[in-house]
Amino acid sequence: MHELSIAMSIVELAGEESGRRSAQVKAVHLKLGALSGVVKEALLSCYEMACEGTALQGSRLLVEDVPVLIFCPNCKAQRPISSVQLFCCSECGAPASAVVQGKELEVVALEIEECVPNPV
Amino acid sequence: MRPEPRLIEIRKNVLKQNDLVARSLRERFHDAGVFVVSLVSSPGSGKTAFLEKILTLLRTKYRVAALVGDLATENDAVRLARSLAPVKQITTGTLCHLEATMVQNALEGWDLAKLDFLFIENVGNLVCPSSYDLGEDLRLVLISVTEGEDKPLKYPTIFNSADMAIITKIDLAAAVEFNWETAFNNIQAIRPGMPVFQLSAKTGDGMDAYLEFLAARHKELRQAAAV
Repeated sequence: MHELSIAMSIVELAGEESGRRSAQVKAVHLKLGALSGVVKEALLSCYEMACEGTALQGSRLLVEDVPVLIFCPNCKAQRPISSVQLFCCSECGAPASAVVQGKELEVVALEIEECVPNPV
Repeated sequence: MRPEPRLIEIRKNVLKQNDLVARSLRERFHDAGVFVVSLVSSPGSGKTAFLEKILTLLRTKYRVAALVGDLATENDAVRLARSLAPVKQITTGTLCHLEATMVQNALEGWDLAKLDFLFIENVGNLVCPSSYDLGEDLRLVLISVTEGEDKPLKYPTIFNSADMAIITKIDLAAAVEFNWETAFNNIQAIRPGMPVFQLSAKTGDGMDAYLEFLAARHKELRQAAAV
């Protein structure tokens, strides 16, 4: 269970970015790969806890699940795998170990509210 | 003043800090010519017994050292010290995995250039360590015959992130009716092509093959460094 420390890293990262812009964060957009080793549900419940007492308090974490893609040596193309219990090309069934997508744990965007001066 | 909502693109890896430290460790290891192996497994798979044996055997020809991670106690470091190799315990408190910074801190005061092999034993856990790069050359996942052949299917993320698998406690294989072929096929389903060794730290069966493998990789590393 390392989701709390991951959630704290997300809060820290988003806090740095928004602080630089003197903006309030409304939501954090995260890409989460199926092989990231992080459980979405646990992360979501830890996120709220990690936000408490920080500039991110009240913000939402929006998680986009990223499925695994491998490079199939037979099809010579990126393909989904049969399942996480079977790293084979879902098209032709060839075993494939080159993971090209699915390890993501990445903050992709922030939804912020900036204070802008009223037009004169 | 009125608030104006908008979306800004960031694209930042959450574990960037760990990855940066791991990358700098990896460079240090390569510059020093030390081959670094990390060990992951569930608690009780025999990481420490394997390590004690391998340190004892390697010590006759190579300069070896180990870092060993646990939530609490120095027991493993005490056990491994019997091999007479330098050993340092990393106690993580409540943290379920090692991070690159912990490795970096633990190495303070050690001269890496005086080492041929460094082993890093992670906390016994098949979930959390998968996300954290420690700068190792090789991530080794261990399963013991008593755990069942389907462990790789239950923990695909860590098996997929490993470079090599070792099946331990093969002296108990008959007693638990362990099926080597099923276990091997399950590992291959998660990580096609991954090399698999089988051994017993207790009887010494299979240790020679693993020692030969390590010796070959160490030679490769030194040759690459010499170019």
